[in-house]
Amino acid sequence: MIWLTWRQFRAAAAMTAAALAALAAVLALTGPGIADDYASGIASCTTQPNGCSRYIETFFHDHQAPFLAVTAIVLVLPALVGLFWGAPLITRELEAGTHRLVWNQSITRTRWLTVKLGLIALASMTAAGLGSLAVTWWSGPIDKAAAGNSPGFPRMGPLLFDARGIVPIGYAAFAFVLGVTIGILIRRTLPAMAITLAVFVAVQVAMPLLARPYLMAPVKSTIELPQTKIDMLGIQGRGGPLYLSLESQVTTDPGAWVLSSRLIDASGKTVGDTVPVSTESGPCAPRPPGERSETRAEQAQSPCLNELKRLGYRHELTYHPASRFWSFQWYETAIYTVLTLGLAGLCFWLVRRRLS
Amino acid sequence: MTVLRAQALGKKYGSHWALKDCDLDIPAGHVVGLVGPNGAGKTTLMNLAVGQLRPTAGDITVLGNKPGSGPAQLARVGYVAQDTPTYAGLSIADHLRLGARLNPGWDDALARNRLEQLGLGLDRKAGKLSGGQRAQLALTLGIAKRPELLVLDEPVAALDPLARREFLQGLMEAAAEQELSVLLSSHLVSDLERVCDYLIVLVDSRVRVAGEVEELLATHHRLTGPRRDRLPADQQVVSASHTERQSNFIIRTEGPIHDPAWTVTKLSLEDLVLAYMDESTGTRLRPLEVQR
Repeated sequence: MIWLTWRQFRAAAAMTAAALAALAAVLALTGPGIADDYASGIASCTTQPNGCSRYIETFFHDHQAPFLAVTAIVLVLPALVGLFWGAPLITRELEAGTHRLVWNQSITRTRWLTVKLGLIALASMTAAGLGSLAVTWWSGPIDKAAAGNSPGFPRMGPLLFDARGIVPIGYAAFAFVLGVTIGILIRRTLPAMAITLAVFVAVQVAMPLLARPYLMAPVKSTIELPQTKIDMLGIQGRGGPLYLSLESQVTTDPGAWVLSSRLIDASGKTVGDTVPVSTESGPCAPRPPGERSETRAEQAQSPCLNELKRLGYRHELTYHPASRFWSFQWYETAIYTVLTLGLAGLCFWLVRRRLS
Repeated sequence: MTVLRAQALGKKYGSHWALKDCDLDIPAGHVVGLVGPNGAGKTTLMNLAVGQLRPTAGDITVLGNKPGSGPAQLARVGYVAQDTPTYAGLSIADHLRLGARLNPGWDDALARNRLEQLGLGLDRKAGKLSGGQRAQLALTLGIAKRPELLVLDEPVAALDPLARREFLQGLMEAAAEQELSVLLSSHLVSDLERVCDYLIVLVDSRVRVAGEVEELLATHHRLTGPRRDRLPADQQVVSASHTERQSNFIIRTEGPIHDPAWTVTKLSLEDLVLAYMDESTGTRLRPLEVQR
């Protein structure tokens, strides 16, 4: 049975292996160079008075396109596995009638399905695992730069979390068995592929929206305004209201996944975009034009921010810190493993009872 | 020894009974023909016999066991499914390897000899074979597994007359050499007439008649004579038709027919089968399946 499974699967396996090998080769050739650039860049910028924020931003923008491309590959790989390995696995047999040939050899359907599901799920997980491993290694320095950038790609955030570490292995196993299950239920390859894609995308979207935030209780903290990252601070017209918009980022933990970010006043109530503070006079009033050109924007803001701090305004954030990355990876992989096993059980039941 | 025993066997799809109240007791060593119009339940009965389906009602045992109950039972029953499915992308050699890997009793020499006699090269892809060649490949897989019972579902339906004859001939040779019991279905009596020595007529999900062909032919008669509406109690009427002055009966009886008024003629197997199909539909002889 192992031989037959391999004989039917080997073309697809060879193609995937070739594509992954090509990807790995490209990453292996370019990865060390990027890592060296980043290490030397960081080493030299730390001695600069302005720090590394400018260097990190430039570094990220230089590598943004390939960074997003390889991330997309890891995100799409499980879906492809579900579509092209999962959905046709049984439907192709049902459409050609060959299940009636193979089910009447001297092996039970259970054994037949066990070998097919087991081997190809293993191949799916290997493909996704190798892909994720290579990409995680290659984009290590870019991930670091991406977290501090604005808009940032924090490591805990939905995009990078899904495309790094071990969760892609769980996604691939789930997508594969999902494809097989839908194939058995629909019994036709093309509709099964379409439905597999739709269901898988829905699950992948629902997970970070509805489930992942609650895997652990998020951390809630308030940051004093001068210490947090300001997106925009400005006044509309002379004596107009003061606009303050804050970055959804934890200054001390740029890799964290921020669930909510708001400006609160001294009593803890949420303040909207505009802060009720005088802009006619005092620290938040605009400087005379001559004075402004001499100081940097951040320095110009600080008297106003200190004034707001004195009035009790703070930045309140709820987030999952980056240190939870691996805990969340394991939790989520476990969840997908349970889903996968549940669907596999359904497959066995359907093949034994429902099909003929 | 009994090859297949069914008791009140039934299979329901939704609210429709595909097979109902089926009682059968087929002794070993026969080539059994299962005949009936399309949709009569032939495939359902065969799928029940090989364990592809589970019965909704009643019991079925094949070679003394529940069909499809495990690898050992699967090994004892060969099945050539309708349209003789094979893997289009695999070569004939791959199919032999499949058979060898999946069947402990695989007879590789038998399979190779058979394919060689048929002139089928091992490196040919199954998808490139003609319908007749594909049927032969499927039959080879079924035979080389060395089953005790070989079940074939309409194996010749898609074949031209020459391929049909070759296929049935090959099947007969294998059955004789290996002392196989064979259960073979067709909607054409003419296919079965040449090869079967046991016959089951299945119409509208029910078994109409089952028995050894010789015995069926010996006990069925056509009676023609002056109009009459009643017959002796030991003469079971299978079909009857009357004109104003004449009656035409097909009857089943164990005893002799003494009434001198009757002209008694023998029935061919085809007439016999058609009579049972006719009886069940209650209409005049309709051309059930015209030979393709």
